[in-house]
Amino acid sequence: MRNSAGREAGAAPRASCETGVDGQTLHIVAAGDWSIVHLDPVDRQLRALLAAPPSVRRAEIDLAAIDRFDTAGACVLARTAALLRDKGLTVDLKNMSEAQRILIDKIDAGGMPEPVRHLSEPLYIQVTARVGEAVRAIGEEAMGMLGFVGAVVATIGRTIVHPRRLRVVPFVHHMEKAGFDALPLVCLLTFLIGAVVAQQGAVQLRQFGAEVFTVNLIAIIFLREVGLLLTAIIVAGRSGSAFTAEIGSMKMREEIDAMRTLGLDPMDMLVVPRVLALIVALPLLTFVANIMGLIGGGVVVQLMLDMSPGVYIQRVQEAVGFWTFGVGIVKAPFMAATIALVGCRAGMSVTGSAESVGAQTTRSVVRSIFLVIVLDALFAMFFTAVDI
Amino acid sequence: MTMRKGEPIIEVEGLVTRFGDHVVHENLDLTVKRGEVIGIVGGSGTGKSVLLRTILGLKKPDAGRIRVFGLDLAEMPEQERRVHERRWGVLFQDGALFSSLTVAQNIQVPYREHLQLSQALMDELAAVKIAMVGLKPEAAGLYPSELSGGMRKRAGLARALALDPEILFLDEPTAGLDPIGAAAFDELIDDLKETLGLTVFLVTHDLDTLYATCDRIAVLAEKRVILIGTIDDMLLSRHPWVHEYFHGRRARAAFAGK
Repeated sequence: MRNSAGREAGAAPRASCETGVDGQTLHIVAAGDWSIVHLDPVDRQLRALLAAPPSVRRAEIDLAAIDRFDTAGACVLARTAALLRDKGLTVDLKNMSEAQRILIDKIDAGGMPEPVRHLSEPLYIQVTARVGEAVRAIGEEAMGMLGFVGAVVATIGRTIVHPRRLRVVPFVHHMEKAGFDALPLVCLLTFLIGAVVAQQGAVQLRQFGAEVFTVNLIAIIFLREVGLLLTAIIVAGRSGSAFTAEIGSMKMREEIDAMRTLGLDPMDMLVVPRVLALIVALPLLTFVANIMGLIGGGVVVQLMLDMSPGVYIQRVQEAVGFWTFGVGIVKAPFMAATIALVGCRAGMSVTGSAESVGAQTTRSVVRSIFLVIVLDALFAMFFTAVDI
Repeated sequence: MTMRKGEPIIEVEGLVTRFGDHVVHENLDLTVKRGEVIGIVGGSGTGKSVLLRTILGLKKPDAGRIRVFGLDLAEMPEQERRVHERRWGVLFQDGALFSSLTVAQNIQVPYREHLQLSQALMDELAAVKIAMVGLKPEAAGLYPSELSGGMRKRAGLARALALDPEILFLDEPTAGLDPIGAAAFDELIDDLKETLGLTVFLVTHDLDTLYATCDRIAVLAEKRVILIGTIDDMLLSRHPWVHEYFHGRRARAAFAGK
């Protein structure tokens, strides 16, 4: 019964460990480089040995041939010795150098610590726990959001009573960043979508000989729904995420705590300017988006149906009333408030780690796009009920 | 061990570092011997941390030569340099733990990246390092954001010690610790030096640490090392800044009764 491991080819003497039984004594001869780099095979060998120990009363571990030794080696030796003692053997460490003794004592001193455990529950418990945790988190988040909305409304109320509390510079700055800077992207995307809707609509309607109604299709779909939805989704992706990341990193670096200690209200300084800026900017962006969508549709209509711009404009005016436009634009401030509130709230929920900024930013974008679409559906039901 | 105690392990010769027009070091020379604890002191802005970062290769020197383990790491190919970089451990000022990993996982990062060890052995080693730096075993499963400043430093030290380095670089290890925690940290460094035969490169402002742990002290001023020696050499120095530093009110308090 002789085993050895680690004696593979290679100039440097790898860690090795010969074990053998001689009467009532288990001999373990350790040799070579017992530092962490070469230790794994020896460790596996010793673990296997301890899993099925030979029935002996004594164990002798000879350290004479070890030429490199570090805490990892000491850890493996100390553990092996401790486990052998647990099994009722008397353990002798032979030929131990002074340095080796110090190291092993250092590890033994704290008692061989329990290895770090990785918690792993059975799968069904994990699944149940995660579902439960998610449900609880939704409830908690809803309450938190409600409280946040209340606090923001109260702050805006105070701002209306004392207009001097409004931070004009950040307000304008965020209007520029969230509104003006989004113009190129919004214009391009809505122009393209307008063109695509017109082209697809014209192809389908032509089958009924009703291609002139393509104009109605574009005008109504854009002014009522698509112009606003597209803009809101773009803004949620661009600005909602930016709000979360900005406020989140300030939270992480304790800037928000610093504000509080200086007697400044982060709601006043950070949240309200962003919310108000977006409430003003999104309707304006939506208006531009509507126009660009109509232009995109108009270009396609002219190319496919040979309709001159003059006729197109006239047909648009016939197709839509004030409320077709009104329905779209009325929804905009609500969506803006939703996006800004969700973004700022997620930023405020950031905890210490860098990872949490990322997680909250993702959450903020997903949640605000989700809420924008739900809100749109609710508005659709409302406007149907009031017959607009 | 391939090198013997007392041999030079870090040699800095004629180091020049600059940030734009601002010269931080000019012709700086410094030799650290194997097995000693060397403390680097100097006023704010004298480039103590910059020196540390330059030796670690995190900042490129503008001139001069740096040899660690007798090797010029800057001249080495990337692959080879990585091998030697495993021979040192670094504790940054606030621990610089990876915030998405637990303490145990932080310690296991070098094992996972550089070695092939079984999970069981890695867990054991992490537990040993955690005990070694004086953290409670429960700390293993915590994330850095759940730790206090002192615990983060200890966890950072545990990670620096993961691969049993030959040199330990410490950037202000006791800053921000309470006096009891700082004293324990001093003792820990002393202990590790004794048992592991470490060379410790210590940037600090803490007079108690200097007194308690350092074999030699190097004073950084006027863009170079103006003085290097034992604490007694420091006390005898006539240089105004050194005199002020080691004879000031705080120094007298620190050295009283020692």
